[in-house]
Amino acid sequence: MDLLSILQIFDSAVRLATPLLFACLAGLFSERAGIFDIGLEGKILISAFFSAGVAVLTGSIWLGLIAGLAGSVLFSAMHGLASITFRGNQLISGVALNFLASGLTVLIGEAWFGLGGRSPGLKNAERFLPIELPFAESLSGVPIFGPIYKELISGHTLLVYVALLAVPLSWFVLYRTRFGLRLRAVGENPAAVDTAGISVIKLRYAAMLIAGILCGLAGIYLATGLGAGFGKEMSAGRGYIALAALIFAKWRPWYALGATMLFGLLEAVANRYQNIDLGGFIVPVQFMQALPYIMTVIILAGIVGAAIPPRAGGQPYVKER
Amino acid sequence: MEKMPRWADVLLIPLINLTIAFSISALVILAIGENPVVVVKMMVSGALGSSYGWGYTLYYATNFLFTGLAVAVAFQASLFNIGGEGQAAMGGLGVALVCLFIPFPHWAVALVFAMAGGALFGAIWALIPAYLQAKRGSHIVITTIMFNFIAASLLNYLLVNVLRPTGSMDPSSARFPETTHLPTFHDMLTPFGINFSKAAPVNISLLIGLVMAVAVYFLLWRTRLGYEIRSFGKNQSASVYAGISITKITIVAMMISGGIAGMMAINNTMGESERLIMNSVEGAGFIGIAVALMGRNHPFGVLLAALLFGFLYQGGGEVSLWTKIPRELIIVVQALVIMFTGALDNMVRMPVERAFIRAAKRRKAS
Amino acid sequence: MTGQDNNAERRENAAPAIELRGISKAFGPVQANKDISISVQPGTIHGIIGENGAGKSTLMSILYGFYKADAGQIFIHGEETLIPDSQAAIRAGIGMVFQHFKLVENFSVLENVVLGVEEGEMIRPSLAKARKHLKELADEYELHVDPDAKIEDLGVGMQQRTEILKALYRQADILILDEPTGVLTPAEADHLFRILNGLKEQGKTIILITHKLREIMEITDTVSVMRRGEMTATVKTAETSPEQLAELMVGRKVLLEVDKKPAEPKEPVLEVENLRMVDEFGVERVKGISFNVHAGEILGIAGVSGNGQAELLKILGGIANGTGQIKVNGQELDLTGKHSDGRSRRERGISHVPEDRQHLGLIMDFAAWENLAFGYHHEPEFQKNKLFMNIPGMIKDAEDKMESFDVRPPNAHLEAKSFSGGNQQKIVLAREITRNPDLLLVGQPTRGVDIGAIEFIHKQIIALRDEGKAILLVSVELDEILSLSDRIAVMFDGHIMGERMPEETNETELGLLMAGVTDTDEGEAA
Repeated sequence: MDLLSILQIFDSAVRLATPLLFACLAGLFSERAGIFDIGLEGKILISAFFSAGVAVLTGSIWLGLIAGLAGSVLFSAMHGLASITFRGNQLISGVALNFLASGLTVLIGEAWFGLGGRSPGLKNAERFLPIELPFAESLSGVPIFGPIYKELISGHTLLVYVALLAVPLSWFVLYRTRFGLRLRAVGENPAAVDTAGISVIKLRYAAMLIAGILCGLAGIYLATGLGAGFGKEMSAGRGYIALAALIFAKWRPWYALGATMLFGLLEAVANRYQNIDLGGFIVPVQFMQALPYIMTVIILAGIVGAAIPPRAGGQPYVKER
Repeated sequence: MEKMPRWADVLLIPLINLTIAFSISALVILAIGENPVVVVKMMVSGALGSSYGWGYTLYYATNFLFTGLAVAVAFQASLFNIGGEGQAAMGGLGVALVCLFIPFPHWAVALVFAMAGGALFGAIWALIPAYLQAKRGSHIVITTIMFNFIAASLLNYLLVNVLRPTGSMDPSSARFPETTHLPTFHDMLTPFGINFSKAAPVNISLLIGLVMAVAVYFLLWRTRLGYEIRSFGKNQSASVYAGISITKITIVAMMISGGIAGMMAINNTMGESERLIMNSVEGAGFIGIAVALMGRNHPFGVLLAALLFGFLYQGGGEVSLWTKIPRELIIVVQALVIMFTGALDNMVRMPVERAFIRAAKRRKAS
Repeated sequence: MTGQDNNAERRENAAPAIELRGISKAFGPVQANKDISISVQPGTIHGIIGENGAGKSTLMSILYGFYKADAGQIFIHGEETLIPDSQAAIRAGIGMVFQHFKLVENFSVLENVVLGVEEGEMIRPSLAKARKHLKELADEYELHVDPDAKIEDLGVGMQQRTEILKALYRQADILILDEPTGVLTPAEADHLFRILNGLKEQGKTIILITHKLREIMEITDTVSVMRRGEMTATVKTAETSPEQLAELMVGRKVLLEVDKKPAEPKEPVLEVENLRMVDEFGVERVKGISFNVHAGEILGIAGVSGNGQAELLKILGGIANGTGQIKVNGQELDLTGKHSDGRSRRERGISHVPEDRQHLGLIMDFAAWENLAFGYHHEPEFQKNKLFMNIPGMIKDAEDKMESFDVRPPNAHLEAKSFSGGNQQKIVLAREITRNPDLLLVGQPTRGVDIGAIEFIHKQIIALRDEGKAILLVSVELDEILSLSDRIAVMFDGHIMGERMPEETNETELGLLMAGVTDTDEGEAA
C-alpha cells in the first residue's frame, strides 16, 4: 500500500469521525451532568434535516446552520423537560426523540420537497466547502510532510476543524473552568452541588444546551459538509456509535477524539475494502461495521478495563426527605 | 394520606397522555398543510374498510403484539429491553434455518419447530446482555442497542455470503419449501364461506400471538416465576428479603422477552415473505416499546395497543398513497406516544394527582 | 476541659448566634417539629440530643435551607433571617456537616472545598488560593488533609474533615454537625472533639446533633433534648447528669400492660458466636457479637438505631453476608455462600419480620393476598400443580390470616399501600408467625403503628413464645423491650454492651448502656 492510499484512508477517517466526534462530545457534556442521552441519533438526524432543508430553501448555508442548531437544541430542551423538570425516564425520553426525528424529518421533508424524504442536492453556496489551507499546493512537493499536509490536514470543511478544536475546548471547559467543575460535580453527586448552594436544574439544562449545539453540528456536517443534502435516516446509527465511543472514551474529551477517530478509521477501511484478506482469513466488511458495537460490549463487560459512568447518571435529582 | 382513585391511575392518565400525543400528531398534520380529519377518515377506510385493509392491519398488529409482549415482560421485571429489533431479527434467522434445512411433512409441524427456532435465537440474543447486566452490571439498555446493530451486521453477512442462493443478486435466503407455508386468513376462512382477501398477509401467526398474550398473562399472574418477576420489578430489595435471586430473574425475564420477540418471525418471515430478507423486522421491535408503554405492560393492554398501531401502520400506508403524507407519520405518532405515556407521564400525573387530593380535601371540609 | 468560663461574661451579653422561634414542620400527617424555640450563644457548643426520629435532623435542615418551615422565625446574631435555600444559609454564615457527606467522590479535597465558592470563571486561581487557605486552616485547627487526595481514597474521618474544611472555607461561623461520630472510631472521635474545641476557642458557634450522651457530657456547654418533634428541655450541661438526660430523652411513657407468664426457656435455638459484618463502605457495623436465644424465650435487643441491630437482623435473615458462626437448632447457617439467602433461611425455620416493612417486608403495589405469600410462594400449599400457583387457595389463605390477625379492612384484594401502618404490619406478622417458625426475628414491630394494633401485635409475639418458639426482638422503643423481653441485650456501636433481666433494670440504666456508658467493666456479654 502506498503513502497516498494510506493518506486517503486517513483523510476519509477524519471526515467520517467528525460527526461522531461532535456527537460524542455532546453525549459527554450531557452524561457528565448526569443525564443519559441515547437521543443523540435523533438530534443528529433532525439537525441534518433542518440544516440541509433550510439551506436549500434560503440558499444560505448560514441560515441552514442556524436552523440545524435550533432543531437539535429544541430536541435537547425536550429531553431536559422530560428528564430534569418532570423527572421522567431518561432512556425512554431518548428513544422517543430518536423516533420523533426519524418520523418528522421524512414527514416535513416530503411536504417541503416531495422527494420521498430526501432534500434536493445542495449547491455550493448551500454547503460547507473544503478549505484549502495556505501553501498546500506549494508544499506538496516536500517529501512525506507535503502529501500529509495536502491530503490529510488541508482540504476539509470548516466544521472538521471546529470539531477538532472542540476537543481541547471541551477539555478546557470541563477541567479548567468553574462551570466545568460544577458540571462534573452534578453528574457525580447532585446533592453536593445542591448543598453548596448551586442550582442543579440550571446546571443540567446548561449541559443540555451544549449537548444540543454539539450534536447539531454533527448533523449539520453530515448533511452539508460530508454530504450534499439530506437523505432519509442519514444518521445511520451514528448517534449510537458516538454513544459507544463515549463509553470507550470513559467520558473524557481527548479519549473521545481517539475513540471516534478509531471508529472513523474502521468505517473508512470498511468503505474502501469490502473484505479484508488477512493471510488467507477473510474479514468480512460486516464484521468491520459491527466492530465498534462489539468493542463497546466488551468494554461494558469490564473485560478490558472497566468504564465507570458518572455516578448520578440516569437518576432524576430529588431532595432526600 | 389522600390518594388518587385507581381508575384515574389506570384509565384517566393514560387517556390524557394519549389524547395529548394524538392532538400533537394532528397539529403536525395541520402544519404540513393537510387536514387531520380527512387523514383519519382515509386511515379508517384504508385500514378497516376492506378485508384487504383488515388483513394488513392484523398482520402488522401481529408483529407488534409479539414485540409489545416481549418489551412488556421485561418491563415487568423493570428491565428496559430496547433490543427487540435485534432479537426479532435473530428470530428470523432461527425460523429460516428451521424452514430451510429441516424437511417438514406439514406446515403445522414446521410451525412448532419454527416457533422454537425463532424463540431460541431471540432468547440467546437477549441472554448475553442479560448476563452482562446481572453479573457485570453493564447497562442493559446500551448492550441491547449494541446487539441490535451486531444482529443487523451478522444477518447482513449471512444473507450476502452464506444464505443467498448462488446466482441470486438479492441479499435474501432461498424461498422456504411449500410445506412450511402458513395458512393465511384467506385459506382459513374460505372453508367457512367467508371471502377474505387473498393478497393480505395476515395468517395463523395472529392466533399464535393471541395464545402468547394469554400465555404471558398466565405466566405473569399465575406462576411462581411471574410472581417473582413482578416482585423483582416492583421492589428489588424486598425480593432479596424474600429469597428471590436477582441474577436468575434478570436472565430468565430477558430470555423470555427475547424469545417472544424472536417468535415474531413466524409472522413476517415464515408467514409473509416466506424467505429471510434483509431488514425483515422493519422497526417492529421498536414499536413494541410504544405498544408496551401504551398497554401499561399488561397483555390485554398490549393487544389493544398492538391493534391500534396495526391500524395506524396500515392506515398510514394508505394515506401515503393518496396524500403527500408519507407513512413515517406513524413513527411520529409512535414517538409521541412513547414520549407522553413514558417519559412525560409526570407532566400529567402530578397535576391530576394534586387535583384529586384537593378535591378530596374540599369534600372533607364541607 | 471544655474551657467555657473564660469569656462566659461576654457571651451572656451578646445577641444569640442563632435563635429559632416557634419552628414547626409537618411532612404530610407527621409533625416532625412542633413549635420549637432554641437560642444558642456565640462561641459555645450546643448539643441537641434525642432518639432517632425525634426531629433533630429536620430542624437542622430547616436551618440550612433544605426544608421550608411551616411556621416560625430564624434570627442570626439578632437579625431575622430568611433561609429559603442553602445559598442563603451559607451567606448567613452557617455551615453544615451532614450525616451522609455531600462530597463528590472522584474530586480532590481541594476541588470539593472550592465547589460553589469559586472566584471567577477559571478554577485554577481559586484552587491555588484555597490550597493556601486550607493550609492555614489545617495548622490552626488540626485539620490536616492532603488537598490533592481524591475523596474516594480517603477514610471517613478524613472525609469528615473535608466537610468541616468546606464549611470553614465558606467562612461559616456557625457550624452544625449531624451525628458526626456515627462513622468514626473512638480515636477519630476524640480528634474531632479537639477540633471542635479549637473552633470554639476561635469564637465559632457549634451545634452538635447526637444521640450519644457521652459526647454531650464531654463537649457541650448547653444541651437541648428533643422527643417526638418537641423540645422537652434546654439545660446547661454542667448542671445536668446523664441520668437526667436519658430520662428526658426517652420520656416517661405509660407502660403498656402486657399479660405475660414467666418464660420457660428451654434448649438454645439460636447460637451466635463472634459475628462480624463490614458494610459496602468498608465500615464495620457488627463487631464480633455473641449471644443465644432459647426456645420459649424473647431476647430483646435494645439500642438507638444505627448501632448494628439492623445489620444483625439482615445477616440472620439471609439478606446480608457476615462472618463468624451462627447455629440454629445446633446446625450451622451459611453466612456467605449459596445458602445465604432469604429462601434458605425460611427453609431452616427462621421467619423474619423486617424493620422496614415498606421497603423490605411488603411490596406496596401487590395485593394483600400476594403479600401474604411473599417469601413462602414456593410452599406446596400455594401450588395448584407443577406449573401454576393456587390463586383461589392463596386468596382464601390470606383471608383466613387477615381475619385471625384482625387486619382491617379485611379485603385480600386491596394493595398493601392502601392499608394503614398498623394493618400493614399485621399482614407481615400474620405471614411470618403463621409459618410456625422455630425462630422469629422481629424488627421494630410497632414502628408507626397505632396503640390498638400495638397491643395486638405484642400479644401475638408472646403467644408464639408460649408455644415454645425462640424470638429475637429488635426495638428502639425501650418500653416495648421492657414489657416484652425475657432477657435484654443492649447494642451500641456494633457491640453488645451488656445483658440485663427486665425485672432487674430500668429505663435509665438501659438508656445509659444505649448511649455507650458503662459503669462496670463487664464488657461484652456472652
